[in-house]
Amino acid sequence: MFALVHLVPGDPVRLALGTRFSQETYDALRERSGLDRPLVEQFFTWFARALGGDLGVSFRSGDTVTSLIAERLPATLTLAFASILVALVIAIPLGTLSALRPRSVVDRVATVLSQIGISVPDFWMAIVLILVFAGTLGWLPTGGYVPLSEDPGGWLARLVMPAVVTGVVSGSVITRFVRSSVLEALGADHVRTAQAKGLPTRQVFTWHVVRNALLPLVTVTGVQLAYLLSGVVVVEIVFSWPGLGQLALQSVEARDYPVLQGAILLFALVFLVINLVVDLLYTAIDPRIRR
Amino acid sequence: MTAPVLEVSDLRVRLRTPRGPADVVNGLSYTVGPGETVAVVGESGSGKSVSVLALLGLLPARVATVSGRALLQGEDLLTMKPERLRQVRGPGAGMVFQDPMTSLNPVLTIGRQLIEGIRAHGDVDKAAARRRAADLLGEVGLPDPERALDRYPHELSGGMRQRVVIAIALSNSPALLIADEATTALDVTVQAQIIDLVEKLQAERGTGVIWITHDLGVVAGIADRVLVMYGGRCVEDGTVDDVLERPAHPYTRGLLGALPDLAEPVDGVVPDLATVPGTPPPPTDLPKGCVFWPRCPVRGDARCEHEQPPLAVIGSAAATLPHRAATWCTEGPEGGRAG
Ligand SMILES: Nc1ncnc2c1ncn2[C@@H]1O[C@H](COP(=O)(O)OP(=O)(O)O)[C@@H](O)[C@H]1O
Ligand code: SF4
Ligand SMILES: [Mg+2]
Repeated sequence: MFALVHLVPGDPVRLALGTRFSQETYDALRERSGLDRPLVEQFFTWFARALGGDLGVSFRSGDTVTSLIAERLPATLTLAFASILVALVIAIPLGTLSALRPRSVVDRVATVLSQIGISVPDFWMAIVLILVFAGTLGWLPTGGYVPLSEDPGGWLARLVMPAVVTGVVSGSVITRFVRSSVLEALGADHVRTAQAKGLPTRQVFTWHVVRNALLPLVTVTGVQLAYLLSGVVVVEIVFSWPGLGQLALQSVEARDYPVLQGAILLFALVFLVINLVVDLLYTAIDPRIRR
Repeated sequence: MTAPVLEVSDLRVRLRTPRGPADVVNGLSYTVGPGETVAVVGESGSGKSVSVLALLGLLPARVATVSGRALLQGEDLLTMKPERLRQVRGPGAGMVFQDPMTSLNPVLTIGRQLIEGIRAHGDVDKAAARRRAADLLGEVGLPDPERALDRYPHELSGGMRQRVVIAIALSNSPALLIADEATTALDVTVQAQIIDLVEKLQAERGTGVIWITHDLGVVAGIADRVLVMYGGRCVEDGTVDDVLERPAHPYTRGLLGALPDLAEPVDGVVPDLATVPGTPPPPTDLPKGCVFWPRCPVRGDARCEHEQPPLAVIGSAAATLPHRAATWCTEGPEGGRAG
């Protein structure tokens, strides 16, 4: 991962200095950043510092990488959780209804919609939304971000469109999972046992079908959340959303290695944490996993 | 005679399959009296499971068309309103399914699965339902019932799980107990224990029992009457003695074929059904005449191929439990049918 970052062609020092600079300035900065030393040595230096919470300093702005990431984190967390909420609100009812009436009109419509949601590029969906809701109707601002604490109305107005775009994409994927896992749960033998006991239909459905379909839902939601948290670059750019995806992209363009490494480290941590949470939920949901 | 618990007449089930409509049950009629055990035997695929699932409306509605009449204590199960059918499932009829490994919900405790069944049929508070659940587990022979309530199915062996399924089926003291190959997946000792248990409960409560099985040892041991199914039809029925000792239908004779002595286990092994050469007809394409015709070694009549033999009384028509068979063939160990 570290090596990969450094393999990106382009010279960060050259880019940081702009077009006019002397050889002395260049060498000085290169030495100060440690870029003149061997790659392996650079890695261990970086790694040792990272363990202590020091991710270095941006080549471009001179700010510490931790402060840059901390600045972007609220926007990314906001968008990711709003999107997953939109996704689940779409996917759970739609997937369940489809599974209850396979091949019905609802099921067919849901299948087509989720196919569209998966295959339509997100930037296209984003642009259409901006044209309609910010342009023609003028209901929502075209983009940007304000913290919730400063302006709750503005926060929500700016959050709606990006959250819908990413939520629809994730929701389309999750809908399919919900459909197939509910369908599988419906066909299970124990559902027949529950019916034969004379339980009311709703109780059978809640406790013997949905309850059993939760496991795959938790897995796919975790995967989608990890994806959303690692920055949805295109959507962030279209909506000028100051998230981590944007930061990562800018640091690639500037060959700003410390920032890029910091962002990637954070994404890796996000994956680890989400995996851990998914595992914990698994244990809570499925007694067969408990020991 | 007391009123029967269950009275099935002309039960038919057609299933929609990818290979066209399948006539899985074709005009089944029988009764189960209080305290009586009717054994249903027949090869795999003969429609035994479907015929009992149809009674309780447990077949997928999108696939199955059910017709006929099935009076449970005088009320027709097949035309019942859904809410009434829900009330009947449990107190009216309890069902034990074949596979104890899959018939319990893996993510809920045993106690919960018992208690929800008890509380679905009456205003019972949680504590009382829990006590009742523990009593039931004790009755079906689960060691340490109190603790078993908080266990999950995967923590119990197959035999123990099947006892739980039986406890669930019995939890509302049903008038009718349907056991669909309930002991097939279990080892012989556990099988015997469960059969004892059902017989005991039956004697105490007067429950009518439909016992679907492959095991003729079980049939000889517990059944009052036997119904032999083939191609979705009853091809022969009567008392255990009539059917097992004086089988009239060529199919029944084939099933019993190689058995030395039905009632007695041989070297501790209970005899199973014999294998009849050939395979049953697919329910999507049943023979026009006698269902058994393609495999029948006798084919003793000109009508066999084209005309369906009716289920007719053989032996003494005056018997309270008549012996009936659906075959044109008239020769038999007793010299044929009278009547
Ligand atoms: N849900 C279903 N859909 C389609 N066909 C089915 C279904 N259930 C059972 N069948 C068919 O019905 C026939 C009878 O099955 P079943 O009643 O399970 O037989 P048995 O219990 O006697 O072994 C078989 O041919 C089987 O393939
Ligand atoms: S009716 Fe004919 S074909 Fe059918 S069982 Fe009797 S003898 Fe065999
Ligand atoms: Mg069966």
